[in-house]
Amino acid sequence: MLEITNLHASVVDIEDSEILKGIDLKVGKGEVHAIMGPNGSGKSTLANVLMGRFDYEVTAGDVTFDGESILKLRPDQRAHLGMFLAFQYPAEIPGVRPWQFLKAALDSKAEANSVEKMTVRNFSKLFDEKVEAVGINPQLVKRSLNEGFSGGEKKRNEMLQLEVLQPSLAILDETDSGLDVDALRIVAEGVNSMRSPERSFIVVTHYQRLLNYITPDVVHILVKGRIVKTGGPELALEVEKSGYKQYLEEAEVNA
Amino acid sequence: MTTATLPAAVDKYSDAFASFSDASADVPEWLKAIRNQAWATFSELGIPVKRRGNELWKYTDLRPLAALDFEYGSGGSVSLDEIKAAGPWDDAWDTLVVVDGVFSAELSNLQGTSGLTAISLAEAISSGVGDIESQLASLAGREEYAFTALSTAFVDDGAYIAIADDADPATPIHVVFVTSNSGNSGSSRASYPRLLIDAGVNTLAVIIESHINLAESAQLSLPVVEVFAKPGATVRHYRVQMENEHSYHLGTTRVQQLNDSSFNSTTFAVGAAIARNDIHTQLDAPGANCTLHGLYMTSGTQQQDQEISTTHAKPHCTSNQFYKGILSGKSHAVFSGKVVVERDAQKSDATQKDLNLLLSRGAEIDAKPSLEIYADDVTAAHGATAGHVDRDTLFYLQSRGVDEESAKAILIRGFAEELLDEFKPEALYAFVEKVTDERIPVLLAESDALGTA
Repeated sequence: MLEITNLHASVVDIEDSEILKGIDLKVGKGEVHAIMGPNGSGKSTLANVLMGRFDYEVTAGDVTFDGESILKLRPDQRAHLGMFLAFQYPAEIPGVRPWQFLKAALDSKAEANSVEKMTVRNFSKLFDEKVEAVGINPQLVKRSLNEGFSGGEKKRNEMLQLEVLQPSLAILDETDSGLDVDALRIVAEGVNSMRSPERSFIVVTHYQRLLNYITPDVVHILVKGRIVKTGGPELALEVEKSGYKQYLEEAEVNA
Repeated sequence: MTTATLPAAVDKYSDAFASFSDASADVPEWLKAIRNQAWATFSELGIPVKRRGNELWKYTDLRPLAALDFEYGSGGSVSLDEIKAAGPWDDAWDTLVVVDGVFSAELSNLQGTSGLTAISLAEAISSGVGDIESQLASLAGREEYAFTALSTAFVDDGAYIAIADDADPATPIHVVFVTSNSGNSGSSRASYPRLLIDAGVNTLAVIIESHINLAESAQLSLPVVEVFAKPGATVRHYRVQMENEHSYHLGTTRVQQLNDSSFNSTTFAVGAAIARNDIHTQLDAPGANCTLHGLYMTSGTQQQDQEISTTHAKPHCTSNQFYKGILSGKSHAVFSGKVVVERDAQKSDATQKDLNLLLSRGAEIDAKPSLEIYADDVTAAHGATAGHVDRDTLFYLQSRGVDEESAKAILIRGFAEELLDEFKPEALYAFVEKVTDERIPVLLAESDALGTA
């Protein structure tokens, strides 16, 4: 489904700012991959580069999605292919209601894929169903998108979008940061309920705790822009116990 | 040695004033006195073309206006369909139509609402209705200001609205000021639309004032609105300003508020080459409150000035100024908000805010909120911002599948939404919403990368 080969990326217009220093990663259909690493390791950059954020520039390597290179595609075109990024800090958008925004997103996708747009009536039905499923306060989605939402409400809202847009690859960028256990559970339930043989996840996280609720198939340790170790769910527990220190030291030696 | 300069462009209006005075000599003496006084004031001032040392016109160049010649008098005929197509309309409203400054009974649509007097200003003057003699030009027209002076020199018609004490007309009262298309596409016309609103004790009135223009050439409109809010009166006022992009609109609104009265005004300003919305509320008795809000959108080389001021003359009054602007192309906007709290006006509460979205390198906003406070027990806050479309927000929308142009349109629309929301009458909201949705692509077409940061 997603294949990353020797990916190098820097911050646009800043010299010697390379953050990703040769990443290789393969995510198969239906798999859940966790990417763990200390602060500044490039985890968030990787998530954002995959979605095509304009602040970063890919200097080498390739990323393919279902066999096609996506590096030349705009973020919205990647979304149309079925990619989704749940944000660490979702933007607050005054005056834009979640309903209106999601309808626009679905309409764009339908247009890009030359399929018929959903009627307002059918969309409303779907939206109400998902609002209930995610357990978001229906009053909340009548307000401006994320404006005045608590941390947990913002994450719930990200899960609502995930549910409505039904991507085939969802990347969660430190979605667990700043969440209490209840909110963490909401995110995990959202992901678990959507796990299917057709849908893959990349869960980017600093802590192991989210992985208590979402059991990954594969865990990668990312340090200083490189994946230094790959393993099963037990790797996450190991990191929980001994931290990132040994990986950082190794990276130092190899640098 | 210095050379005295003559007041600008007075001669362009003097012949018209002379013939106007002759032709409409059949009016009460008190009105003639007001006109002559106003003409004398304008003759001394002329069109304000000097910007140096002239705080009021520091950011606004009126030389193109001073150079133009305008005809005075009624132009071509106007049909109801043209009016309905160009501005907000609802058959259920009490509508007064004023064409080129002259009231039109045929085009007006009055429902016979009880407690409401809605007539032509000419009729109000000749019949001496209510307090018209003491009210007309008492708030605007006697001061040293060129445009109210010029407008008042030509005062003869327009609309008069009085709401009887304790009346509560449920439906909005709509006043349409329309400039006709004389058929001769090059001709330019000056009109001096006038509206007087007398809101009685404990009344509730919803007033919509729209300024539309059917001509395609440059027109000059100097509307003057005077509002008297008696004790306990609530006036919900909407102003829609949509002239063509060659025209000049220099509008003045003066409001006098007595005990516990409310004046809540929201402006939708999108038209004209140069438009000024000069509004002043005088909080003259305890408990009076006003909200002066508005949305302006400019593109091309348009200029929009909001000259907003409130005087707190007595204690326990509240004022709130809140404007938003969306600017693109090489357009220019000015927000000049002023609040004066006089020494007696303890326990005043005043806020001012002006937020702008700049979509292009060439767009310019000059925002100067100011507070002058002479009392010591006052709550006051002011602020102004100018920002661009936020890149993080843009990426967020794009990552959900919305393309960049649509994402920007959504963000601009979202920025405008809270002010659009204030236009409560359904047909009015539908109109401002439609104009906004049509305007956004124009704004975006003139935007550039600098409008994103």
